[in-house]
Amino acid sequence: MKPPVAYRQYHPKWHRTRVSTFWWSRKWSYLKFMLRELSSVFVAFYVVILLLQLHALRGGPDAYQGFQDWLRNPLLVILNGISFLFVLFHAVTWFNLTPKAMAVRLRGKRLPDVLVAAPNYVAWLAVSALVVFLLTRQG
Amino acid sequence: MPSHDVLLVGGGGAGLRAAIAVSEVDPNLSVAVVSKVYPMRSHTVSAEGGSAAVIKEGDSLDEHAYDTISGGDWMCDQDAVELFVNEAPGEMLQLEHWGCPWSREPDGRVAVRPFGGMKKERTWFAADKTGFHMLHALFQTSLKYRSIARYDEWFVTRLLVEDGRVQGVVAIELMTGKIQAITAKSVILCTGGCGKVFPFTTNANIKNGDGMALAYRAGVPLKDMEFVQYHPTGLPFTGILITEASRAEGGFLLNKDGYRYLQDYDLGTPQPKPVLRSMELGPRDRLSQAFMKELDKGRTLEGPYGPYVHLDLTHLGKKIIDTKLPFVRELCLKYENIDPVSELIPVRPVVHYMMGGVHTDIQGATPLGGLFAAGEAACVSINGANRLGSNSLTELLVFGARAGQAAAEHALQDKPVSAGIEAQAADEKKRLEREFLHKSGGTEPIAGLRGEMQSIMEKSAGIYRTGTLLEEAQAKVAELKERFRQVAIQDHSHTFNTELTAALELSYMLDVAEAVVECALHRTESRGAHQRIDFPQRDDEGFLAHSLVSHRPDDRPKVEYLPVTITRWPPGERVYGRAAAPAPPG
Amino acid sequence: MAETITIEVARYRPEEEGEPALQSYEVPLNKDWVVLDALNHIKDHVDGSLSFRWSCRMGVCGSCGMTVNGEPKLTCATFLSHYAPGPIRVEPLKNFPVVRDLVIEMTDFLEKLQSVKPWIVRKDDPAPAKGEFLQTPEQLDEFKQFSMCINCMICYAACPVYGLDPQFVGPAAIALAQRYNLDSRDQGEQERLDVLSQHEGIWGCTFVGECTEVCPKNVDPAGAIQQYKLAATKDWFKSFLMPWSKQ
Ligand SMILES: Cc1cc2nc3c(=O)[nH]c(=O)nc-3n(C[C@H](O)[C@H](O)[C@H](O)COP(=O)(O)OP(=O)(O)OC[C@H]3O[C@@H](n4cnc5c(N)ncnc54)[C@H](O)[C@@H]3O)c2cc1C
Ligand code: SF4
Ligand code: FES
Repeated sequence: MKPPVAYRQYHPKWHRTRVSTFWWSRKWSYLKFMLRELSSVFVAFYVVILLLQLHALRGGPDAYQGFQDWLRNPLLVILNGISFLFVLFHAVTWFNLTPKAMAVRLRGKRLPDVLVAAPNYVAWLAVSALVVFLLTRQG
Repeated sequence: MPSHDVLLVGGGGAGLRAAIAVSEVDPNLSVAVVSKVYPMRSHTVSAEGGSAAVIKEGDSLDEHAYDTISGGDWMCDQDAVELFVNEAPGEMLQLEHWGCPWSREPDGRVAVRPFGGMKKERTWFAADKTGFHMLHALFQTSLKYRSIARYDEWFVTRLLVEDGRVQGVVAIELMTGKIQAITAKSVILCTGGCGKVFPFTTNANIKNGDGMALAYRAGVPLKDMEFVQYHPTGLPFTGILITEASRAEGGFLLNKDGYRYLQDYDLGTPQPKPVLRSMELGPRDRLSQAFMKELDKGRTLEGPYGPYVHLDLTHLGKKIIDTKLPFVRELCLKYENIDPVSELIPVRPVVHYMMGGVHTDIQGATPLGGLFAAGEAACVSINGANRLGSNSLTELLVFGARAGQAAAEHALQDKPVSAGIEAQAADEKKRLEREFLHKSGGTEPIAGLRGEMQSIMEKSAGIYRTGTLLEEAQAKVAELKERFRQVAIQDHSHTFNTELTAALELSYMLDVAEAVVECALHRTESRGAHQRIDFPQRDDEGFLAHSLVSHRPDDRPKVEYLPVTITRWPPGERVYGRAAAPAPPG
Repeated sequence: MAETITIEVARYRPEEEGEPALQSYEVPLNKDWVVLDALNHIKDHVDGSLSFRWSCRMGVCGSCGMTVNGEPKLTCATFLSHYAPGPIRVEPLKNFPVVRDLVIEMTDFLEKLQSVKPWIVRKDDPAPAKGEFLQTPEQLDEFKQFSMCINCMICYAACPVYGLDPQFVGPAAIALAQRYNLDSRDQGEQERLDVLSQHEGIWGCTFVGECTEVCPKNVDPAGAIQQYKLAATKDWFKSFLMPWSKQ
């Protein structure tokens, strides 16, 4: 067989496999990685909403009412719903990551990961409960 | 032609220690580490148990020396041993400063464990991955030195010798297939051992005695090649080592009746806790020989991969096993599907270590100008007829450093490269092409020749030897060398040609096998790891001397003798497990 | 005839072919054999030109990493019987250039390793003769896990960030940097932080965690990366809020 054109003696051509377009579909952990990358779009969207909300707040009660009506648009509700899910996803990622980032030790022994992550969830529940309490009291 | 001041063949523990030593003598000296595998893949990585050096109160250098000398059946050069035990603690502390994660006492001091043949606890350990941690600490530390150039995955095929001194090597860059001379003022061989000459070994695929053969071909004698160490506890089939540390922590060896059989072979009386220099903590040669005798008595077990006995760790408990012997547990679970916490481990003797090697003095210098050797490839000789466990890793450091310093001094003399070197390198390239790369029509498969060599070596140069069998092996190895000329090479590629390297390694091993058999045949006595059924006694009159075997191109190798250096410990009886161990002279 | 199993091996010989292709072999299905034993069987008895790296056959030298049925594995610690009845596909590690057959190119890693200064850095330099640095078993425990890395490159093969951006220092090199940072004998954390923060790639890691998942030696490089990120963030805040604190 004739050597391929690319080969020069003592200079072998290395083969580089191209990363396939759908590599992230192979594994749940890869998919999660891609979802987190994708989430940035929605987080950006939410930031814009927040800015708009502030702007409306400055415009007085009428403007704010208009903004709220606009928010009721089903498309916006869906988008906000998706953003919420992504933010939730991020929160869980970060909570679970705490024990990795901080190896907490008690009397020389490393605490099990669950124990380090747990306070995050407890704090989260507490804050959520407080928010719910404040909201229901007003209403 | 790349050119350096000092060139190391081998990037294991000895090679890396030597490289750093050269840089510390003079940072302006350029050092080349040429290794056929990435340095951190070198076989030092597999060492498990530990590395000996006197560090604790109540221990003494003299006791370490005496244990080493009696363990080596008085074949050790005592000046070398004295120097070795002296410099060992310093080297070990140096490695501690370089980051080796030694296991510790609760107060933060380095911990030591007992080891076979040692009267005191003096074996430093990093759990049961000592060699791994030592090698990675050395490798990572070596990255700090700008003067160390690495030739990773370059395979050395020849020493360049002219005007009576070595001036470099020829090597193949595996990635590209380029065959290249690299010149140097000093060359240090640190290529490790040659366990692969035997079929059943703890040694890695890369341990083919390359450096021994390179020196042998260049006319440098090999020393004490008949002393091949069998380790008593390898896993059947894989030959994976179950470290001696498992016995030091209190493991028992049991025959098929669950009986601690070592008590029948003058190794002491069984006690529940490990006793130093007794029973399971006797020297390796005696333990492996005891196995063979149990086999003769029909008291071993029989498995698909031959006879075996049991190593019992179950009484140690999970906690000790997990903190002191985690790797043993991992290996047993992975490769034997056995949990040592609750089950017995099947073990049998396995070829482990080469006491012999390239003949050097205590500076690591060989008789050939500019050529040095260190580590398992060399024979200084501190291991005599039987190495004590955990002396080898320390030897890498002590004599690696010494050889590095001596090679650096030698390189500072600054002799020019001879004119003939380039032609020699060109010749070597032609030889490799003619005999391997461009050759077709070979009829002898590599694996076939290798298999035949390994089985004759096991049969005749194993734990027990006889003259008749050794003569058979002598003829067989000569025949194999002849047949090797017809070796079949299918792979003619320049790119990472591992068939070419396998063929070259086989040719090295055939030379080593020849040297082992020749020395074993000439030594008509039994000493340490060399046991002749036809000459069962130790013969200090005739053989208190090192064998030196030299290659002769068209003749049988020549064997000569060099008296052993005795300083303070006249030859005596080796006593294990009995009270009568003579105290070392003050 | 004993049972056999089909093993499909990726072949690539740059002198002969432009692209890798799979080649099938039948090998005995011995229950004690690992994938590496099967490759050696092929090399010794069927096709001597098959190239791959191996040495210790006991999972400690780090040579024999390959992709087995899509997953990065140490082939000396991966049993054939696990994949029965087969076929088993063996390919080179992903995310690295392939030199030949199952051999990949990894000098990139060695350069990265060197760049993170994986050695003890001391401001003072006490002579070893003065005795060992004291280190309690607890202090040893702090970094021990990260010191177990055998440089097998399996985590790199599993890391999508490295696959997409080869500039990324990568799991093992960061774990080894962290190994020295956490060593009570070391004083070089700041130097390593300075080096590592120049590498953009690290922030590309959003905790995929695959590196830790696949690591055969339980090194937990993902943990090291997160620890490093935390340290880098603290360092950044410190130099941002109190620029005078850093010389
Ligand atoms: C399983 C096992 C456990 C052990 N446990 C212990 C222990 O607990 N305590 C102890 O003291 N000892 C132990 N030993 C012995 C000890 O580990 C070895 O003797 C020692 O590591 C050898 O080191 P070295 O530097 O001489 O060679 P190696 O580490 O084997 O290195 C050889 C080097 O030479 C290179 N090389 C070889 N040929 C060529 C060539 N042709 N071209 C280029 N480069 C080449 C290789 O690439 C490699 O870098 C053990 C040995 C084994 C096998
Ligand atoms: S971190 Fe684990 S997977 Fe990565 S190179 Fe080290 S040992 Fe291999
Ligand atoms: S061959 Fe050494 S790790 Fe597999």
